[in-house]
Amino acid sequence: MLKDKHLTVTVSPHIKTALTTEKMMWIVSCALVPAAGAGIYFFGFHAALVITVCVVSSLLTEFLCTLLMKKPATIKDGSAFLTGLLLALCLPPELPLWMCALGGFFSIAVTKFAFGGLGYNIFNPALAGRAFLMGAFAKEMTTWKTLQVFPDGITAATPLNLLKEQGYDSLMKVFDSHSHLFRELFIGRVGGSIGETSAGLLIIGGLILLFARIITWHIPVSYIFTVMVISYFTGGVFGIPFHLFSGGLVLGAFFMATDPVTSPITPKGQIIFGIGCGILTMLIRIRGGYPEGVCYAILLMNSVTPLIERYSKTKIFGVKR
Amino acid sequence: MKAKITFKGGIHPPENKDLCGELSIKDFPPPGIAVLPLQQSLGSPSEPVVKKGDKVKKGTLIARSKGYISANLHSSISGEVIDIKKAPHPLLGEANAVIIKSDNRDEPEKDYSTEDVSAAGLSSGEILGLIQNAGIVGLGGATFPAHVKLNPPPDKPVKTLIINGAECEPYLASDHSLMLNNAEQILKGAVMIKKILNAEKCLIAIEENKKDAVSLFRQKLNSLKDIAGLEVLPLNVKYPQGAEKQLIYTLTGKEVPSGGLPMDISVLVHNIGTVFAIYEAVFLKKPLFERVITVSGKGIKNPANWRVRIGTPFKTLINHSGVTDRTIKKLIMGGPMMGLAQYTDEVPVVKATSGILLLTSEEAAAFEHLPCIRCGKCVTACPMGLMPAEISKMVEKGRIDMAKSIGLMDCMECGSCNYICPSGTNLLQYIKLGKYEYMRSKNAKR
Repeated sequence: MLKDKHLTVTVSPHIKTALTTEKMMWIVSCALVPAAGAGIYFFGFHAALVITVCVVSSLLTEFLCTLLMKKPATIKDGSAFLTGLLLALCLPPELPLWMCALGGFFSIAVTKFAFGGLGYNIFNPALAGRAFLMGAFAKEMTTWKTLQVFPDGITAATPLNLLKEQGYDSLMKVFDSHSHLFRELFIGRVGGSIGETSAGLLIIGGLILLFARIITWHIPVSYIFTVMVISYFTGGVFGIPFHLFSGGLVLGAFFMATDPVTSPITPKGQIIFGIGCGILTMLIRIRGGYPEGVCYAILLMNSVTPLIERYSKTKIFGVKR
Repeated sequence: MKAKITFKGGIHPPENKDLCGELSIKDFPPPGIAVLPLQQSLGSPSEPVVKKGDKVKKGTLIARSKGYISANLHSSISGEVIDIKKAPHPLLGEANAVIIKSDNRDEPEKDYSTEDVSAAGLSSGEILGLIQNAGIVGLGGATFPAHVKLNPPPDKPVKTLIINGAECEPYLASDHSLMLNNAEQILKGAVMIKKILNAEKCLIAIEENKKDAVSLFRQKLNSLKDIAGLEVLPLNVKYPQGAEKQLIYTLTGKEVPSGGLPMDISVLVHNIGTVFAIYEAVFLKKPLFERVITVSGKGIKNPANWRVRIGTPFKTLINHSGVTDRTIKKLIMGGPMMGLAQYTDEVPVVKATSGILLLTSEEAAAFEHLPCIRCGKCVTACPMGLMPAEISKMVEKGRIDMAKSIGLMDCMECGSCNYICPSGTNLLQYIKLGKYEYMRSKNAKR
């Protein structure tokens, strides 16, 4: 009866999970929608344009790269879309659009395809794109749209900027009280990149990723915990919520540091990676020249990922340590 | 009581065990032609003791074990030996087999239906002899000859006997149905094995998705005599819970050393089906010529659990069960996780056959082999604590030595990594290739 049927012969297993790479990429993108929406809501129409240009430029670059390198078209797999979206979310809302397009191009062409395409890049493409723009257009990349009404003409925008350049007292002058500052940070009514403002919505997105089993707890928990510990010892009780909710920490910990390609493959390695990200972030925020350190912290840890993996191998069943 | 801990890793594939519906065992009619491959166990193939034209009955010895690790083979039908020649084999592609044509009388060599109550008084040596004569091999799929496994060297006494009723492979329900239909016989077999080994305790491990089997065994344990040291332990439902090393770890908290055997830590595991076969060999003097298998998959019209004669061609079973009009993609011997894809339905049921699955194109996955995105899901899923993606990449690049150094040979090929991989990478294919290449170069150096 099976004579006329073609039987496929392969090695086992013969069934597989429904969670494919493509689905993972689109779920991550969806998890970012609330934060992206809040960015557009708070910063206005130009933020929407930044997001659109970044995504389109990433997709276009991906398409051209696969075409030129004669690789199978991967534009559908969602990874380029996600890179574009993540890049946009860590850019200032008023950034000129041609710079956004250039960022998307750099992320995909240089960071991803020059290293071999999906799965082979060393650095997180979105963050590398941001770092490139930061190096190339430092002024535009640090011009923030102001949301607060500043009582005495203070123009510095992000709370981290304010703290670093003008000190705690100036920060308090703007926000009156701790509770007011923390509330604004959590909701996202502060200056900053498009997607890194609303800590609350980003945490919701992060939880979606955890529950959908796209990411594991190892990197976000170790990263955030490390930041909390260091901020407690440097800034006391005020430091913990301030450092946790301001800047790109939540976005970085849930969406950037967890990029599977550029983070360690073993759970133990992921914890080391997260701790490293936390230490570097706080080092830059407190001692470094920049007010915010998430981007460079993650990029630096990306570069030591192979090294971490070498020393964080799993324990093989039945083999004594 | 329940097993307290669980092993690291593992996956939760859809069970699909309910396709079979009721868990009764139906007797499959003896086939017109039985194809009995001489290689039915690990080790050496058996040596035929019949020749073309010989008349045989059900249970007649047709091939004798050759060498230490080898097992006897018996005719599963009555009739005439029409040939001894190469025939399709579900594990080996093609191998020598005794072909028997039925005389449709199904005449047994002797009466296999009356229980010999005096068997309980037999000595260990006598019991082992009966098991050896009956040609019993591990029916969980490994097909290691039972009489060899039950005769561990004196310096490695077995303290804990584990009866494996986990049946963690999706679709398969043959062990489950056997447990429900023959609980008492299985317990008698277990007591017998415990006696041979002089084991301190015997744990009957059953996955929690078979609650009826758990309660039935507990009930039988309460009503039977001479069951000191026997205990039923439900297990978490997780693949591969029934894998020997993972099962032992779950029940005892001990790890079988890498490259070692369970007896290195004083444990021995036998599958439910094997224990039942041992019962039949000892109490009914019945050789292993039939076994219970699941015929299922969405390509099969009437999935069921059958007691089927060894040597029955797959196509006989498939025709009898009916084929749905969905697109058929794969014919599998065993479960969908570790089973072997067949290229033809001419292959016969062998002692290692626990199930026959006809998978449709919607069930059988297409593996695309997209680039690895290093998500680490394979690392988390690997019950052996390996890094499958890394091993597979090393094999892909021809670095077998490097793959070996990070545990290539520790892989038990459960397929969890391959199942969970979002890129659809054929991890296990590379790992199997690596193991093969490693063994080949090792043998070449000798």
